[in-house]
Amino acid sequence: MVVADDIFKALADPTRRTILDELAEKSGQTLFEICSRLSMKHRLGISRQAVSQHLAVLEAAGLVGTRREGRYKFHDLNTAPLRQIAERWLVSDTSRPEESTP
Amino acid sequence: MKIHLTSVFVDDQAKAEHFYTEILGFVKKHDVPVGGEDRWLTVVSPDEPDGTELLLEPAGHPAVKTYRDALVGDGIPLAQFAVDDVNAEYERLRGLGVRFTQEPLEMGPVTTAVFDDTCGNLIQIATKPQ
Repeated sequence: MVVADDIFKALADPTRRTILDELAEKSGQTLFEICSRLSMKHRLGISRQAVSQHLAVLEAAGLVGTRREGRYKFHDLNTAPLRQIAERWLVSDTSRPEESTP
Repeated sequence: MKIHLTSVFVDDQAKAEHFYTEILGFVKKHDVPVGGEDRWLTVVSPDEPDGTELLLEPAGHPAVKTYRDALVGDGIPLAQFAVDDVNAEYERLRGLGVRFTQEPLEMGPVTTAVFDDTCGNLIQIATKPQ
């Protein structure tokens, strides 16, 4: 179970939100494709290492999953953790989840 | 100074010769034995027989595997070739069983795609600059 803090932290950064936008457009991207999209489509001057670090934060929050296929590694969008955010405030009083932060 | 020749490491030169000529459509320029089973094997574009040669170099050096595995894992291509129409080439190559790690992607004026050359490398194709 991913802590809500990790999800909010991951979503707080505009570059990470752009990465999620691109993965929403097409799931299953290599690091190279993600870097290409950020630099060519979004004109973000960002190093591959920095993109890797952003992906690690997104992965820790459960928003991005990776899978190996043969020699390649692909990144997929996982929107399931976002449900925690939606349900936290939107569900009825009887099933309201516990507060995760004081 | 001119770029006359560049190279990619290939796992198997016979397999590479097949892929780069029969599948990609390059033509063989030089094929000279250089000791053991190794050959000085180069290909060129049929459009530019006197243009830049691509050397299909044996991948025997122990550092090659580590280097290529790391790059291929992240989807990073080791060479880029120009084509008139990336989408058409993508369909043609996919029909021949070529595996793509990046489908055609339009990024401003350039469209690119990335495929596996079956000899250990990822190759990018891109639209020719106008």
